Amino acid sequence: MELLFFCIVTSKRCLRRSQKLEWVCLLFPCAAGVVKAEDFSLPAYVNRRDVPLPEVAFVKDLSAQQKALKEKEKASWTALSVDEKVELYRIKFNESYAEMNRGSNEWKTVLGGVLFFLGVTGLILIWQKHYMYGPIPHTFSDEWLSMQTKRMLDMRINPVEGISSQWDYEKNEWKK
Amino acid sequence: MSSALLPKPQMRRLLARRMKFHLFGAFLLSVGCAALYKFGVADPRKRAYAEFYKNYDPMKDFEAMRAAGVLESAPPK
Repeated sequence: MELLFFCIVTSKRCLRRSQKLEWVCLLFPCAAGVVKAEDFSLPAYVNRRDVPLPEVAFVKDLSAQQKALKEKEKASWTALSVDEKVELYRIKFNESYAEMNRGSNEWKTVLGGVLFFLGVTGLILIWQKHYMYGPIPHTFSDEWLSMQTKRMLDMRINPVEGISSQWDYEKNEWKK
Repeated sequence: MSSALLPKPQMRRLLARRMKFHLFGAFLLSVGCAALYKFGVADPRKRAYAEFYKNYDPMKDFEAMRAAGVLESAPPK
């Protein structure tokens, strides 16, 4: 009696979890798994360069014609025509290595998007400089910069390879 | 789909070929970069320093700097 009740409860749980009614749950509630194995938990086909032989073939449900071909495959392979060999390949694999590795034009989209958003950023920066930021310090004016440079030359800053090496101290001008 | 057979591709020693190529390339590139730096940057710099200090008179330099007025503890005469 309790067993029957448990069967009904278990089957209701089955209905909620999986789409198909599992008659196994009705007959053997404690034995087999409650839920049918979902597709994503079974071995899957992958199209990857580093997995040359995937766990399952690409085409799972063969048509009658393909089943006949599979039977023919069990005999000697020299009897197969080229088209039949190609058909067998296509049953087993989705894309060939050449098709798998083919390039695309995605890089153009990526480059275009990157440049576009760099441009937008530039526009934002221009707006900011014009409308938002205050004036720059007075030490950036031309007079101040020339006074600053003269002082650096007087101090002989970087006399070997740097700024003071480019100044002609005799003629008091930049070296040509 | 051509009826003629494609030439059989390289089946063996793929890693060896790749390694040889990359080892050569890495060696040449690193030695090249080092040589470029030595002859482009390091040696000219050493020569510039040697030239500068060959006839360098520090006292003359000091007097020039003092005359320009940049030394606080050594005012111009």
